[in-house]
Order: sequence, then structure tokens, then C-alpha cells
Amino acid sequence: MARSIPTRTRLGFTLVGWLVGLLIFFPILWTVLTSFKSEGTAIATPPQFLFFQWTAENYAEVNSRSDYFKHFMNSVVISVGSTLLGLLIAIPAAWAMAFAPTKRTKDVLLWMLSTKMLPAVGVLVPIYLLFRDTGLLDTRIGLTAVLTMSNLPIIVWMLYTYFREIPGDILEAARMDGASLAKEIVYVLTPMAVPGIASTLLLNIILAWNEAFWTLNLTAAKAAPLTAFIASYSSPEGLFWAKLSAASTLAIAPILVLGWFSQRQLVRGLTFGAVK
Amino acid sequence: MATLQTRASARLMMTPAVVLLLLWMAVPLAMTLYFSMLRYNLLMPGMEEWAGFLNYRFFLTDPAFFAGLLNTLLLVGGVLAISVGGGILMALLLDQPFFGQGLVRLMVIAPFFVMPTVSALVWKNMLMHPVNGLFAWLARTFGLQPVDWFGQAPLFSIVMIVSWQWLPFATLILLTALQSLDSEQKEAAEMDGAGALSRFIYIVLPHMARAITVVVLIETIFLLSVFAEILVTTNGGPGVQTTTVTYLVYVQALLQFDVGGASAGGIVAVVLANIVAIFLVRLIGKNLD
Amino acid sequence: MGEIRLEKVHKAFGTTVVIPEIDLEIADNEFVVFVGPSGCGKSTLLRLIAGLEDTTSGRILIDGEDMTARAPAKRGLSMVFQSYALYPHMSVYNNIAFPLKMAGADKSVIEEKVRNAARILNLTDYLDRRPGQLSGGQRQRVAIGRAIVREPKAFLFDEPLSNLDAALRGAMRLEISELHHQLHTTMIYVTHDQIEAMTMADKIVVLNAGRIEQVGSPLELYRSPRNLFVAGFIGSPRMNFVQGPEAEKLGAATIGVRPEHLELSTGDGYWKGKVGVAEHLGSDTFLHVDVDGLGQVTARADGEIGLRHGETVFLTPIRERVHRFDDKGEAFS
Repeated sequence: MARSIPTRTRLGFTLVGWLVGLLIFFPILWTVLTSFKSEGTAIATPPQFLFFQWTAENYAEVNSRSDYFKHFMNSVVISVGSTLLGLLIAIPAAWAMAFAPTKRTKDVLLWMLSTKMLPAVGVLVPIYLLFRDTGLLDTRIGLTAVLTMSNLPIIVWMLYTYFREIPGDILEAARMDGASLAKEIVYVLTPMAVPGIASTLLLNIILAWNEAFWTLNLTAAKAAPLTAFIASYSSPEGLFWAKLSAASTLAIAPILVLGWFSQRQLVRGLTFGAVK
Repeated sequence: MATLQTRASARLMMTPAVVLLLLWMAVPLAMTLYFSMLRYNLLMPGMEEWAGFLNYRFFLTDPAFFAGLLNTLLLVGGVLAISVGGGILMALLLDQPFFGQGLVRLMVIAPFFVMPTVSALVWKNMLMHPVNGLFAWLARTFGLQPVDWFGQAPLFSIVMIVSWQWLPFATLILLTALQSLDSEQKEAAEMDGAGALSRFIYIVLPHMARAITVVVLIETIFLLSVFAEILVTTNGGPGVQTTTVTYLVYVQALLQFDVGGASAGGIVAVVLANIVAIFLVRLIGKNLD
Repeated sequence: MGEIRLEKVHKAFGTTVVIPEIDLEIADNEFVVFVGPSGCGKSTLLRLIAGLEDTTSGRILIDGEDMTARAPAKRGLSMVFQSYALYPHMSVYNNIAFPLKMAGADKSVIEEKVRNAARILNLTDYLDRRPGQLSGGQRQRVAIGRAIVREPKAFLFDEPLSNLDAALRGAMRLEISELHHQLHTTMIYVTHDQIEAMTMADKIVVLNAGRIEQVGSPLELYRSPRNLFVAGFIGSPRMNFVQGPEAEKLGAATIGVRPEHLELSTGDGYWKGKVGVAEHLGSDTFLHVDVDGLGQVTARADGEIGLRHGETVFLTPIRERVHRFDDKGEAFS
């Protein structure tokens, strides 16, 4: 099936591929480089690419001056918390829809999907007022709840598409073998579904980590995750490029790594199984 | 495939998800609908009164709304054109065998994982700054006048930033679709005497058509809600040049405290999004059987 | 013990009736095969017995006890699935041990029973492997092993050999028959392959569109099929059917003759025809003959017969082996 490709063609594609790849990746690379510069070097003309005085002082300063760690922890708690909560609600639902489908299952799934398409501004006002009146504004709990609900449809969908790939035969075999519903889920379904659950977890942590509508509108100093914290650099502090870069690098690095690991699942999750 | 017993437990297991989503969707939406019929400003508490469709009239006849609608369309259209067009080219490129392909792939999809506030600020300050930005330096190096991006072409600047974020998404999905094409089909076409270009037009493109549709629809849903990128770069300005419908609702609600007006705007946004959502849900539903 | 009785069992999915109403008795230690074309309801019937589907109406009795509403695991039956349905994340040992663990058996008992089953099925060397590392035939044996350790009242097989290649299928057929002799347990076996039915069954149940067409031993069905459907389904190659004047001569709407019940001659005979395709299998030769006025008729001949394409041949049906059917397709008795 495979034919050998002339080396010259291959080299040509290599050159173009790397050129385009580096171009697209450049803003991230530039941010990382700038984070190791002094503020003066950061805005120097002509720009300094590699041969400058490398320094880690921005990282120290970002942390000491602005409670960076607190916001980082907010991001962790909110993204991981909302994802786990979502999984807890979604696993039983996805199980039911995948293995005991009824005529209405499809409609329920599509309805869930349609809630994800509801633009957030459509419910901004009541959610804001409800949060204000119940003291949930600027709290981790409030934000976790909102992100759980806003990502729940995606979690259900991803799990559903994974569960559907587990042959129903195997679950029936377990039933014949005398496993109760609980044992069936614990001993048979869950071990087989672990890869799917893991990638659902990863993708949703990514989505929740980068969510930037609710986090910006419902938090202030206390519960602000990194998205909202970085936004505070939009005002005068944005002039401190090296510090902005250091804060940004810290904010995107963990999720970038997770993202690279889950790139395959991303396609399935974000297209609701329409492209595999 | 199921017996009565499993069906009963299935219903029980679906209940939490269904009830919670129903609450999350129906209650706030009903409240928005209700507020949109009120004269209700947070700065004048206790003065709420029934206003009928007055808020809608104000919102829809506000010149800012028309600007917002136009900006929204330009933003969505611009980003779609760049990311889908670029995505097809990128997918074709990444589908070719070359050295370090895996690494390049990782670099190309990276922007998608960058949080919107970070990408907006990095682009605005470090790349597009009219004096110290990298683009300005590049322009001067080639003897050109540096562009004041956010001054002269604010909407286009935002389109560029958002496109950079969504190009990886389109690339990744189109690449996946491309790689699922049966290589025997391409070989059969080659045996039939089709050249590279005809193979692309008659075999590859039709095969990708569905994936392209999916990308267009999903991006549209997300792009209609672009918010953070505007907030941290232009605040909707200068004037209303970068105010979208989403941003306009935010301004009315949380800056002008006009609950009634913002609610009316929110409903308008819902209606706009639903027009796209209907097509998307249908497409996905077809795929479900 | 494993005596199974179906009384007026009826199954419908919504308004679609899959099984109109069936009565059937399966004796203890009997090897029963449900056979029929795909979509005839044979798998559904098996799943009703297993308890994997609800019965719409009617009763299922096992050893005289009404099991209609009982959960699958509580019926004392084991099932081997078409896909084998092995647990991919467990070793062969744990796959076979799973039903015993679920029943809360002692560790030492489990160990002994699993080892024993593995020995019977030649799986001893593979107990630590995962199903993914086994060949098709080995997976099949693991599935059977999982079924036998429970010492069920009856085994249910749902097209267990359809995923194997032809050679392996033949071998597994023998193994399952052998197993039946060793275990002395009732077996219900579903297949669409009439050869499997003929070679393995004590009793064959021929199903068509959810109805039982005929029940009987393999030779009974072969010798005296009750109607056109059974006549055409049992036997390979298929029985030849002839309608029109030739049938009317014998007072029937349709007559049927099996290929092996036609005598061949190059000199003279009852029907004259031209040889079309001749399939030489070595032991037999199947001749597809174009008979004047009748169309194509298949005849079985000696393995090394020298007839070629286009040659003239005469066919004479053995009078007492001709089956006669009325205009409703029922056999005259």
C-alpha cells in the first residue's frame, strides 16, 4: 500500500511543515522567552530572541506580588471540582442511555446538547442576580456549580459515545454470570470504560480551566481563577510584559501539556461524536 | 436489549442529569424572559414595572445593536473563513509524511489550549503593539510604516486573535476526517487517471464536507459568545467598533445595570444562536442512528 | 436436571411481533438446535429463555419451576455469546472465575473448578493471558469455560461458531458435541447453519418468522420435512423443487427431490438435460443440469465422474424419495 516518497519531496514538506508550525506556535514561544527577560529587554527594539540575560525573577515576583498561587489554586479547584462533579452526575446517565436506550434517548441527548448551545449571555442576568442574592458571587462553590452545569452536556455526550463502544454482550454476560447491577458497573463496565472516562476528565478540565465568560463575570478578587487574574493585566500592568509573560506561561503550561496528551479525544468530545 | 428491571434503574440513573439540566436551562431562561418585559434597573431598586416589549424596542432600535449585529457577523464570518480555509490547508499539509510530523502537529494545535485572556493580551501587547510590538519591528525592518492595529483596525485585530485560537480546532478535526478516508478510494481514483487536483476536488473534499459543516456549526456556536478577547483588548471600542451582541448585553447588565434591557438583549442572542443550533442538532442527530 | 418448557411464549417489541406464540418442550440432557434464516426469531427465543428479554406473555418453566419473571442469573443457565463477550480487562483465569466470584464461592473451590475447566478445554497454559492475546478458537473455549464452571442446568449457545473460519468451525463442532457427552447437560444451540444443526442436534427446531415450522431429530427432518420451508432449509445442496405438469402427474402442486436422490445416466432416463457447471469436490460431484422444460436441477454424482460442460445427461428421481407438497406448501403425508 505504501509507496516510497522521494526524499526531495519529503524534505520539501518538512521545510514547509516546520515553517508553518513554528509560525503558529510562535506567540506561545515568544511568551515563554519573554517571561525570562528583564522588563527592559522585553520591550527592547530590535527584539532579543535567544541571546539575552536569562532571568527567573519575573516568576518570583509574579508570585510574591499578586497572590498568584491563590488564583492558581482557584483554577485547580474550580476546573477539577466541576469536572468530577459532572462525571458523578453524568456516568449513571450515560450508562443508562448507552445500555438501556429507549425511543426517547435520542431526543434527551439532543436536548442536552441544545442546552450547551444556549448562549451564556441569555442567562447572565438571572444567574448574576441569583448569585448576588444568595451570596454565591465570587465564591469557588458558585463558579464550580455553574461550570459543572455548563459542561455537563459535553461530559454526558463524550461518555455516551465511549460507552456505546462497549459491546452490550459483555454486560449481558456479566448479568448471566450473576453480577448485580452495582457489581456489573464496578467490575465490568468501569474497568472497560476507564480510558473513556479519563479522556473525558482531561478534556473537561481543559475546557473549565480556559472558560472565560462565567469566570470573568461572576468572580472578583477572592475566587478569581487564572483567566480572570490574567485579565487584570489588561490595564496598566499590561505594560510589564515580562511579568505578564511569566504569569501567562504559568497559566497555560499545565493545560497545554494535558491538551497535548488528549488531542485525539478532543476531536470526539468537541464534535459530539460527529467526527471520529 | 433491556428488560423492564434494567429500564427502571436506567430511568432512575438519568434523573439527576436531566433534572439539573432542566433547572439550569429553564429557570434562568424563564427569568430572563420575565425580566425582559420589565423596566428594571439595579440603580433604581423598587421601581420595577411592567414594560411589555419596550425593552425589545429600545434594544433593537439602539444604533449600538445594529453595530453589534454587524460586528458579530463580521467576527464570526471572518474567523470562520480564516480558520476553515486555513484548517483545510493545514490538514492537507499535516497529512503529508515529513520529518518531525508529530512535533509540528503538537505546535499547530497548541493555541487552542491557551486561555482566551492570555492569547488576547499576548497578541495585543507583545505582538501588535504599535511601538514595541514584534509586528511593528518587522514592518520597520522591511521599511514599512508600523500599523496601529487596535487603533486603525480594531475588529480585524480581534478576528486575527480569535482565528489563531480556532485554527487548531479546525485543523485537528479536518485532519482526523482526512485520515479516515479509505486510501483504496484514492488509489482507485489514481488508477482511473485522476490527477492530484481532481482527486482533491472529487474524492477528498466531498469526504471532508461533513467535517467542514461540523466545524462551521460548532465554531459558530462558540464564536457568537466571544467575550474575554474583547473585554481585555478593546472593551468594545473605540466607540462601538468592536462591540458584539454578547458584549452589548454584558455592558447593559453589569456596567449600566439595566436588567430589563440586558435581558431583552439576552433573548435576542438566544434566538440568533438557535438559528445555528437547529442545523447543528439536526446534523448530529442524523449521525446518531 | 435441566428440563425446559415454553408455554404459549409470545414476544413483541412495541407493535412488531417477533414470536407469535410458541409451545416447546426440551428434555433433560437433550441437545436442541434452533435453526432458521436470520431474523427468524431464534436468537430472541434464546434470550427469552436466558432472561435477557422480557416475555410479553406466556410462561417459561425450568425443571417445572416458573422462571418467567426471574432475573437471568437466578435461572441457573449459562450462555455462550456469538461475540464470546469475554471481559477484556481480566485474565483468562479471572474470566472463567467471574461467575463463581459473583456467587461468592470459596477461593479454593474457585481455583479447583477453574483449573478443572481449563484442563478439559486445553486452556491450562493460557490462564494468565488476556482475551486479546488469544486466537479465535481459544477465546471460544474461554467462553465455554466460563459457562461450564457454574454447572448450569442448561447451556445456551448463541451462534457460537459464526466468527471462526471453516476449519476451526468443524473442529469446535466436534468439541462441543464431545462436551455434551461428557457433561450430560441440556444444551440449546442457536445457528443459521443447517450443517451445524444436522451434525450436533438430538432435536432440531426449525424456525421461520417466529413460528416453529417443525420439530424433530435430524433424520426425521431430512426424511420427512413437513413443508416446503423445512424441505428447502434442511439438506445441502438444497432440494430441487419442480412445479407444473411434472408435479401434477404425481397429484401435487410441487414436488421435491434431493440431489442425492437422482440417478444419473448418459444413456436414457426420466428427464433429459445438458450439464451446466460441474462442481468437483473430490468425494462428490455436484452437477447443475439444465433439464428441458424444468430449468436447472442439481444432482449429486460420484466424485470422479467424467461428465463435462455441455454434455447430455439423463436424470431419474428415485420414486419413493420424491416429496410431494400441496398448493399451500404442506407435505402430503
